[in-house]
Amino acid sequence: MKEVLRFDNVSMRYHSKQGETVALEDVNFSVAEGEFVAIIGPSGCGKTTMLSLAAGLLTPTQGRVISDGSSFGYMLQKDELFPWRTIEKNIFLPLEIKRTNTPEHRARALALAEKYGLKQFLKNYPASLSGGMRQRAALIRTLAVDPDVLLLDEPFSALDYQTRLSVCDDVYKIIRGEKKTALLITHDISEAISVADKIFVLSKRPAKVVAEHALAFPENEPLKRRENQEFSRWFEILWKELNA
Amino acid sequence: MKNTREFSPQHLAYLRGVKKKSILVNVARFSILFFFLALWELSAQLAWINPFITSSPSRIAKAIADLYKNGTLFHHVGTTLWETLAGFAIAVAVGYSVALALWWSEALRRVLEPYLVVLNALPKIALGPLIIIWCGTGSEAIVFMTVLIGLIVAIMNMLGGFMATDENKLLLLKSMGASKLQILTKLVIPSSLPNFISMLKINVGMAWIGSIMGEYIVSKAGIGYLIVYGGQVFKLDLVMSAVFILCVLAAIMYALVALLERLVIKNR
Repeated sequence: MKEVLRFDNVSMRYHSKQGETVALEDVNFSVAEGEFVAIIGPSGCGKTTMLSLAAGLLTPTQGRVISDGSSFGYMLQKDELFPWRTIEKNIFLPLEIKRTNTPEHRARALALAEKYGLKQFLKNYPASLSGGMRQRAALIRTLAVDPDVLLLDEPFSALDYQTRLSVCDDVYKIIRGEKKTALLITHDISEAISVADKIFVLSKRPAKVVAEHALAFPENEPLKRRENQEFSRWFEILWKELNA
Repeated sequence: MKNTREFSPQHLAYLRGVKKKSILVNVARFSILFFFLALWELSAQLAWINPFITSSPSRIAKAIADLYKNGTLFHHVGTTLWETLAGFAIAVAVGYSVALALWWSEALRRVLEPYLVVLNALPKIALGPLIIIWCGTGSEAIVFMTVLIGLIVAIMNMLGGFMATDENKLLLLKSMGASKLQILTKLVIPSSLPNFISMLKINVGMAWIGSIMGEYIVSKAGIGYLIVYGGQVFKLDLVMSAVFILCVLAAIMYALVALLERLVIKNR
């Protein structure tokens, strides 16, 4: 399979007047096309730094981030829909930014919105939508420019538990349905197990990759995976590795 | 749920209660004004107070009518209104632009910060004599004073709004590859709209302070001129009338800004 993203001995240091912080140290991993990869690590271990590096918003202090011309779509903890724009206009936002706001691209984005049940909300403002629907709109906004890789920064953590399970299922199905590669970063072990093909475990700061697992489940929908016996076995393994 | 037939009796009772309360508030508001004016008039008529010093509603009405009859009412009101609006518009436009420049350049912001703080603390009326020498004794001097008073406040308010832009939304736009200009037009300006409205509200007040204070220092006409002149010749009816007109004008201008706010911010 073709690699779409690779971290080669990546280190990242931040400088401030108080001193310097080593956020990442010698991080190595790769994501192949079509894979759903999860990276888990303790809180504050530099997860967001990794996504910013992957998206090219930061340059590593050492090592290389190779993305081979892939385009990235970023999804954040909160939906970050602009409250002064309708759902439709929010979905068109990345088209405007990339100056590809053509009728064909708009039609493509609208078709996605319709396919995933947002048609009736297109003219509404975000404030009138539920948390789950808003996060779905945020995903459609990310998909509007047809990125090769989706970067998910704990995209469900701002939702309550019930909504989180169903939105996670929802987002998983949409990403699989659109055959996208995804890189999820989270501190939630069960979330990672419920969606990922491959999991990388990070240590505390400075973050290093301490373990790598390939997951295989008979059924792949997140809610089905959660019911499987393998789920708790994986949970135990990962929990130990995270707290080592 | 626009159809009242769908509401339960309890809900209808609740709605009636809400309506009743708002009527009561309005009645209370007008009664206070009415009783105050009535007491003032009565006290003056019955000579409990000296109307030569305190004036009275009827004397104020007469003074305004006199101004109207000798044809100077609209000249004075128009002069002050023009000065206020011109000063307001210039302060808002220049203030907004300077704030944009300061948002754009961190270096500029850091260099100019102490100047802004000092200029904000400086009582602008201290510059009165200079303004007369620079701008002469016409309306220009008063407009200049109005701009000076509103400008720094406008800059600081707007800059605060621009700088308070949500970090995550900035990150989102950057991840889409947005340029600085796109970040400005798609995010910073629209998200600071509530700050813009509150800046307008503050500057309405500042503009009136500026124009009246300007007229105190140097003027040949205007509401501030009437107040100073009335005080000097001990025509307190004239002073009170001018203050009354000022109250009405300031209220109208504030109501216009509030209306603008309702039109602009209805979706948030």
